[in-house]
Amino acid sequence: MNRSTIDLWVGALVAMGLAALLFLALKVGNLASFSTSEVYQVQAKFANIGGLKVRAPIKSAGVVVGRVADVRFDNESYEAAVTMNIEGQFKFPRDTSAKILTSGLLGEQYVGLEAGGDSAMLKSGDRVKLTQSAVVLENLISQFMFSKAQESGKDSKEAK
Amino acid sequence: MSKVANLLQALGRTVTDKLWRLGFASRFFVYMLLHSGTALRRFRLTVREIYFTGVLSLIIILVSGLFVGMVLGLQGYDTLQRYGSSEALGVLVALSLVRELGPVVAGLLFASRAGSAITAEIGLMKATEQISAMEMMAVDPIARVVAPRFWAGVISMPLLAALFSAAGIFGGYLVGVHLIGVDQGAFWSQMQAAVDVRQDILNGVIKSVVFGIAVTWIAVFEGYDAPPTAEGVSRATTRTVVTSSLAILALDFVLTALMFTGGNGK
Repeated sequence: MNRSTIDLWVGALVAMGLAALLFLALKVGNLASFSTSEVYQVQAKFANIGGLKVRAPIKSAGVVVGRVADVRFDNESYEAAVTMNIEGQFKFPRDTSAKILTSGLLGEQYVGLEAGGDSAMLKSGDRVKLTQSAVVLENLISQFMFSKAQESGKDSKEAK
Repeated sequence: MSKVANLLQALGRTVTDKLWRLGFASRFFVYMLLHSGTALRRFRLTVREIYFTGVLSLIIILVSGLFVGMVLGLQGYDTLQRYGSSEALGVLVALSLVRELGPVVAGLLFASRAGSAITAEIGLMKATEQISAMEMMAVDPIARVVAPRFWAGVISMPLLAALFSAAGIFGGYLVGVHLIGVDQGAFWSQMQAAVDVRQDILNGVIKSVVFGIAVTWIAVFEGYDAPPTAEGVSRATTRTVVTSSLAILALDFVLTALMFTGGNGK
C-alpha cells in the first residue's frame, strides 16, 4: 500500500467521522432548531414551581418560545424566582401571565405563557406579575380525599 | 519471623514497583507531549498511524454500533410499551448511545483492536532492537515512533465514537421504525427535543477524547516499557487491554459524575 492510498482512506475516515458528528448535531440533537438569535430575560415569581427544571421549555399556545434559564429561591418573598430566556423574535404584552403546566399526566413541566392585551411589550429585565403555581398532585389528592370525607360525613348525618 | 519479613519485603517491592511504573509513565507522557513536534510537523507519520488505528477499526466499530443500536431498539421497546410510551424509543436509543455507550463501547473496542496492536508493535520493535538502532542513529524513538501513534489514537477515537453513535442510532431506527413500527415522526422529533447539543453530544465527544488519550497512552507506554522478550511483549499486550478497559470504565464514572449530576436539572 503506498502513501497516497493511505491518505485517501484517512481522508475518508475523517470525513465520515465529521459527517457522523454533523448527523448527531443536526438530526439527533436540536442544533437546527436552536436559534442563535438574541434572547431577552424575563423574571417571574411562583409560589410553587413543582418539578420545573432549568432548560425546561417555555411555551405559548403550545409552541416553544424559550427556555428556563435559572431557578432560585427568593429569600425575601419566600417564592421561587424563575428567570426565562425568551427568543427575541417573540414579543409578549406586559400583562402576559405565566403558568406552570405539565405535558401529559406525568410528563415534564414547562412554563406556559398566555398573552394579555397591553400595548406595551415585555422588555429584558421585566417581571411577569400574573403567575399561577404548579399543580402539585399530592395536594390535589389530599383535597379530594378531604372533600370526600366531608361528603360522607354529611351523608351519614342525613341518614340519621 | 523471617516469613513475615519476606512477606513485607514482597509487598513493599510490589508497591514500589507499581509506583515506579506510574512515575515513569507520567514522565513518559510529558516527554512524549514535549517531543510531539515531529509527529505534527511530519504529519505523514501520524496519517499513516491513523490509517492503522482508525481506518482499520472502522468495520468493527460500525458493525458493533449497528448491532448495539438494534438491541437497544428491541429491548427499549419492550420496556417502553408497557408504559404506553413507545414513541420515546428514539430518545432512549439516542441518549444512551450519545452519552454512554458510544464513547465507552467504542473505547473498549478501540483498546482491544488498536491499543493491543500498538503495544505489540512497539514491544516487538524494542525486542528486535529497532528502538536501540534508532537511538544509535540519533533519532529519538519517542518522537519518531511513539508520538505519531499517540496522536493518531487521540484523533481517531472521537471520530470512531461519533461513527459508533451514528451507526447505533441508525440501527435503533431500523428496528424501531421499520421492524416494530414506531411512528417515524415521533421517533425523530422526540429525539431532537430531548438530545441537547452541548449537554449530551459535546459531553460525549469530550468523553471519547479523554478515553482516546487514556487508551493510547497506556498502549504506547506498555509497548515501550515491555521486557524485550516474546513473553514480555505478550504480557504487555494483555496488560494494555486489561488496564485500558478498566481505565475507560473508571474514567467514565468520574466524567459522568462531573458532567451529568452537577448543577440543576438533568
